[in-house]
Amino acid sequence: MSDILNFHFLVDGEDFTSAGQASVQVKKNLRQLGLPPEIIRRVSIAMYEGEINMVIHAGGGEADVNVTEDYVEIILRDNGPGIKNIEQAMQEGYSTATDNIRSLGFGAGMGLPNMKRYSDHMHIDSVVGQGTNITMRVNIQ
Amino acid sequence: MTVKELASLKEFKSVVLPEPKREICGVYIGDLLSWVMGRASSNDAWITIMSNVNVLAVASLADTSCIILAEGVTLENDIIETAEQKGINIISSDLSAYNIAVTIGKML
Repeated sequence: MSDILNFHFLVDGEDFTSAGQASVQVKKNLRQLGLPPEIIRRVSIAMYEGEINMVIHAGGGEADVNVTEDYVEIILRDNGPGIKNIEQAMQEGYSTATDNIRSLGFGAGMGLPNMKRYSDHMHIDSVVGQGTNITMRVNIQ
Repeated sequence: MTVKELASLKEFKSVVLPEPKREICGVYIGDLLSWVMGRASSNDAWITIMSNVNVLAVASLADTSCIILAEGVTLENDIIETAEQKGINIISSDLSAYNIAVTIGKML
């Protein structure tokens, strides 16, 4: 598997009930590729958190998943409000989600911490008023 | 213990069991979805009172063996149909989360 496999997704920011579809599809695709279950679990959880964040905070966005021989890379891009204080946002329990979002079981302030926990590398580029780009990698070996 | 064996106990009811032979290896209790997804282990039975459609994605991604709805919580029919399509087992019980966990714990 020397080539890079790419999966591209548009994340709908309007339909909260279907949030997570891209992550579930990625899980299926990685299973078909025969990746180890723990790698698939880590990738799909990290991506789901990013996907939910895009729906909750940014009105949707785009996701790319690149699969190489050595790692799975997840790239998330949105044109949302950006993250004012990344260090604060990375703290477990910190959330700016509304009560409505919390009533659905989200907004626990675990999204970004889970993304960091389940990836081997994570990089956040965010500009307030312009949007957020997040790149995560999960090493296969 | 399989999810089918658990659902056959008198305190439990099968809501939908598309993968009845899945083994239950542990238990996780929680309603905050990101917390559950970050902490539940693969093949745990996940006990919750959360009943919106997003529980299906969390159960699928965290790879739990089943969702157990505690305290008589019910789901809308379209969520049950989606669970069947996605291969997600759901069991319900009138017991509290604590008593469900105790019951399963005795059988593991």
